[in-house]
Amino acid sequence: MCETTTKQPEIKVATGDRAILPEGAKTIPIFVMGKQYQVPETLTIMKAMEFAGFKFLRGAGCRGGICGACPTVYRMAGDYKLHFGLACQTVVQANMYLAQIPFFPANRASYNIEEMNAAAEGIQALYPEIFRCVACNLCTKACPMEVKVMDYIAALKQGNIEKAARLSFDCIQCGLCASRCMGEIPQYHVAQLARRIFAKFIQPRFEHLVSRVKEIESGKYDQMLDELTKMDHETLKKIYVEREREPDLSTLGAWKPKETQYL
Amino acid sequence: MKISYYPGCTLKLKAKNLELAGLASLKALGIDVEEMDRWNCCGAVYSLTDDDLIHHVGPVRNLVRAKERGADKLVTLCSMCYNTLARANQLMKTDVVKRDTINRFMDDEIDYAGEVEVIHYLTLLEEHVGWDKIKAKVKAPLTDLKVAPYYGCTLQRPQDVGIEPMGSFRLMTRLLEAIGATVVPFNSSDKCCGSYQVLNAPAGDNDAAANVLKAANQAGIEALATSCPLCEYNLGKQQEQFLAKSKITAHVPTFYFTQLLAMALGVSPEVCHFELNDIRSLQLLEAKNIQAAA
Ligand code: SF4
Ligand code: SF4
Ligand code: FES
Repeated sequence: MCETTTKQPEIKVATGDRAILPEGAKTIPIFVMGKQYQVPETLTIMKAMEFAGFKFLRGAGCRGGICGACPTVYRMAGDYKLHFGLACQTVVQANMYLAQIPFFPANRASYNIEEMNAAAEGIQALYPEIFRCVACNLCTKACPMEVKVMDYIAALKQGNIEKAARLSFDCIQCGLCASRCMGEIPQYHVAQLARRIFAKFIQPRFEHLVSRVKEIESGKYDQMLDELTKMDHETLKKIYVEREREPDLSTLGAWKPKETQYL
Repeated sequence: MKISYYPGCTLKLKAKNLELAGLASLKALGIDVEEMDRWNCCGAVYSLTDDDLIHHVGPVRNLVRAKERGADKLVTLCSMCYNTLARANQLMKTDVVKRDTINRFMDDEIDYAGEVEVIHYLTLLEEHVGWDKIKAKVKAPLTDLKVAPYYGCTLQRPQDVGIEPMGSFRLMTRLLEAIGATVVPFNSSDKCCGSYQVLNAPAGDNDAAANVLKAANQAGIEALATSCPLCEYNLGKQQEQFLAKSKITAHVPTFYFTQLLAMALGVSPEVCHFELNDIRSLQLLEAKNIQAAA
């Protein structure tokens, strides 16, 4: 018997840690490093690549959009615009051309934080390349976390560490900004230093935290902890379930527990 | 009429004395300017290379921000910022081809074609306050202070962005007169201080600056007023070495003109941060008894 019908492409069904293709799911073409793969739509880039047979040894970590290990650069067929995303968060689209940039070399200055101070000149001396910024804004365009990268570099040139620390708060150190920088600036290392300096030398110390740490160190809670660790499973469960909880959205300071012996 | 204020990086660190005295003076004069909420480096120097458009992106981005916020004018204090912003603005107004290239490159911003007017603080004083009003607000006239305006290079060059024609020093002269100082004729108001070229030279070797100061010595000038942090640095910071090498005969304290204005308007000296100038600056004012009655 001779085969006359065109052979349908075999639909692969992934199992285990591979993506599972639901019945009838549509597949779309994506291009990984220039080679076409048919992958189910709705998958993230990371899952789609795994579906296509790639294995992530490096370039994947949390899979939750927070570790910064999976930066991806892509273009849509026919469009000049470059796009950037985290492979574990970005959903595939038909005809995207993509590549992973798990790591991008960026100069990191070494310093002893104890010898630094609140003056921006310290950061500027460690990273004089920030003055090479030409305000092209390619870094901000590349940031998958929508951090205003150019603006935090501008803030540091202006000596405003607090502004830089706050603007860069969402940075996950993925390195995409540095991959695009005309001034060859390692923006995210600079921003991390700014946040460290802000936290250590500028932000007011929280006195209540200091006194709580003192209380803990004085052994005030040791006995309670001892009791808890020795408690049998059932009792522990019971007191957990019956514990008093501050109602959601109650006004600050308005609620007091009935049981006060541990306060 | 909305006027946005562009400070510039240097005024936030090394030249705080220029900015803080300038802002305190505007407040004393009842003028409201709003610092831009987003701004980046002005570019520091205007790129003269014909095909080097990337270095115009920085200044143009600031102009875009001002336009976005509905500003009619952008006022700035630092001579270098003024020069870079005004020239980039001129380019965007007049050179259609380069304007399009720059706008296309900045596809993340609205298009810009020179809609905002860049002005210097001195122009703001003349056009929006007036010398008479300043005179009327003076609490501590700088009586007997023999001072000359020092414009350096960037306030007047090139002609199409200069705050006034070459060879004329009217704006600062009128201001210094309004605050009661004695303005001494000076032949070196627009001579170069040495600019960036001398920054690596050993202290005391900058003859460009030394010659300006020597001319001031010869004219009997006690102090110079400038609006440029680079001029202030080159002229003000090496006088000890110039004296040691006998290149000048006496100290000539260099002030930002805003510091003199602020002192005359009765702003407290702490706001003027004289510690960032040569120590003799404040001593000179004290010797002349220039201090508003508290
Ligand atoms: S600032 Fe840079 S390193 Fe940080 S998340 Fe954005 S692109 Fe990644
Ligand atoms: S990519 Fe580099 S040069 Fe361009 S704006 Fe960002 S920090 Fe500046
Ligand atoms: S794997 Fe951690 S951010 Fe994507």
